[in-house]
Amino acid sequence: MSSYEIYIAYSTIVRKEIQRFMRIWVQTLLPPSIIMVLYFIIFGNLIGSRIGQMGGFDYMQFIVPGLIMMSVITNSYGNVVSSFYSTKYQGSLDEMLVSPMPNWVILAGYVTGGVARGLAVGTIVTSLSLFFTQLEIYNFGIIVLVVLMTSILFSLGGFVNAVFANSFDDISIVPTFILTPLTYLGGVFYSIDLLPDFWAGMSQLNPILYMVNAFRYGILGVSDIQVGYALLVISVFIIALFSYCMYLLNTGKGIRK
Amino acid sequence: MTYALEINQLHKIYDNGFEALKGISLKVEEGDFFALLGPNGAGKSTTLGVVCSLVNKTKGSVKVFGHDLDIDVSKAKCLMGVVPQEFNFNMFEKVQDVVVQQAGYYGIARDEALRRTEQLLKQLSLWDKRDDASRNLSGGMKRRLMIARALVHRPKLLILDEPTAGVDIELRRSMWEFLTRINEQGTTIILTTHYLEEAENLCRNIAIIDQGDIIQNSPMRELLKTINTETIVLELQKPLAQAPQVQGYRLLLVNDTYIEVILNQGQDINSVFVALSAAGIQVTSMRNKTNRLEELFVNLVTSNKTDLKGVSA
Ligand SMILES: Nc1ncnc2c1ncn2[C@@H]1O[C@H](COP(=O)(O)OP(=O)(O)O)[C@@H](O)[C@H]1O
Ligand SMILES: [Mg+2]
Repeated sequence: MSSYEIYIAYSTIVRKEIQRFMRIWVQTLLPPSIIMVLYFIIFGNLIGSRIGQMGGFDYMQFIVPGLIMMSVITNSYGNVVSSFYSTKYQGSLDEMLVSPMPNWVILAGYVTGGVARGLAVGTIVTSLSLFFTQLEIYNFGIIVLVVLMTSILFSLGGFVNAVFANSFDDISIVPTFILTPLTYLGGVFYSIDLLPDFWAGMSQLNPILYMVNAFRYGILGVSDIQVGYALLVISVFIIALFSYCMYLLNTGKGIRK
Repeated sequence: MTYALEINQLHKIYDNGFEALKGISLKVEEGDFFALLGPNGAGKSTTLGVVCSLVNKTKGSVKVFGHDLDIDVSKAKCLMGVVPQEFNFNMFEKVQDVVVQQAGYYGIARDEALRRTEQLLKQLSLWDKRDDASRNLSGGMKRRLMIARALVHRPKLLILDEPTAGVDIELRRSMWEFLTRINEQGTTIILTTHYLEEAENLCRNIAIIDQGDIIQNSPMRELLKTINTETIVLELQKPLAQAPQVQGYRLLLVNDTYIEVILNQGQDINSVFVALSAAGIQVTSMRNKTNRLEELFVNLVTSNKTDLKGVSA
């Protein structure tokens, strides 16, 4: 295929993916918005006012960046895992497999769909947060870079999950038992300075900690982690997962008979 | 010469260890209308699955218009369109979008894709349904939707896996007409079926596959020639105690009012009627016992089974 044809194939998937989550916005865009508003009210306003300061900021200001990241992560992941799994389950993945488009285009298309959903929800949640607090922007470039890289990473993760999933149950196991705990423990609600040394050290093994902190740095200018180091860690994870996805696609594991 | 499809010593062993293809070879000429015939589980879908890259082969080679799948799979894929046995489009997608998206995957720009889709949906009487969710189509319409989807990139080879399974007679005929027309316009067609009538009506060349082996591969006309007997069933007005004797013919009494006449190739049935009239036997109706091809098919497949038993014993 020529590069123009590849571009058309890619944009066909992206268009399909965006149409999908827009069509079912009640399942895809509305729930994360409602949940986040509840977080803002309960943790930010009601409880946050008693907590006082965290990392030198109002508690509300401190958790908003983490909650935005949390929405980006769960929605990027959720979009790719459910869309790619249902494509596989219905057999319509074959439409792509019989076509001449290279495997990396399939992957790129789904990842872009996941990023689009992550950014859409991230933007909605950010706008909603403005009703509860003021957001300063410390470094816009970092904000964009971190959000983009994080949603790419979790879209890739959702893809791997979908390849291995054999039932609709399998697509909720990872989000429930791995993603949610890691996010909660990833410094969304607290600064790891509060933890005993051992747990602060353990937290460093949690990749989500790096993303939340890098993003918080972009907004507030404070972070538990060196931002450059955070970006490096995210990049390494992206490269590793991307290579793994390509390996899965090229060998046809879970996809071709 | 280059063939539309050339399969060489193709083996497929599934992950569970089952050997679905035992080294089949097959050639389909450009412009042909070819049938791959075989009972359920013979390996038809597996063969086509390998050809269109949905099933990983274990061994052997496949070439599509000379392009080896191991070397130039992208070119090969552009040249063929596939209509699978099971419905496999996104049930929530609109009819039109199913076809337009498929065009997109082949790199056809959206304007052109929309034009082609309109043309195909009209030809296949689906244009009125273009905005319906594809899950709401009837079985026959879903099948036609898959045909439209397979043709949108204008392949030179169209592969259909049991295209008329579960499609009513009238629709089956209109599908046959459609396929015949695009074949006449130059598209090579390969279909699998277990309706022998379908193969006999449509196809010029035929291969019979059973238990992962090709057991017959010849032009349809030659195959029909090898069928040397034909059985005619006659219904009689009055019951008989035993089969009447007719010089040079074999007649069997099935029950007291039915007899079967077994005709060898070249034998005519007139003499039978003359003899029966002379004996005062009135025939009220007559029919072919089975489709001739069906008989041959059953013979081939059963003898293949006995052969295999012989081998393993
Ligand atoms: N994914 C699979 N794993 C194991 N065995 C399979 C698989 N798919 C098909 N088979 C077996 O391979 C044989 C051939 O199947 P198939 O090609 O679908 O036959 P046909 O299309 O001629 O009915 C059957 O015995 C079937 O059970
Ligand atoms: Mg089959």
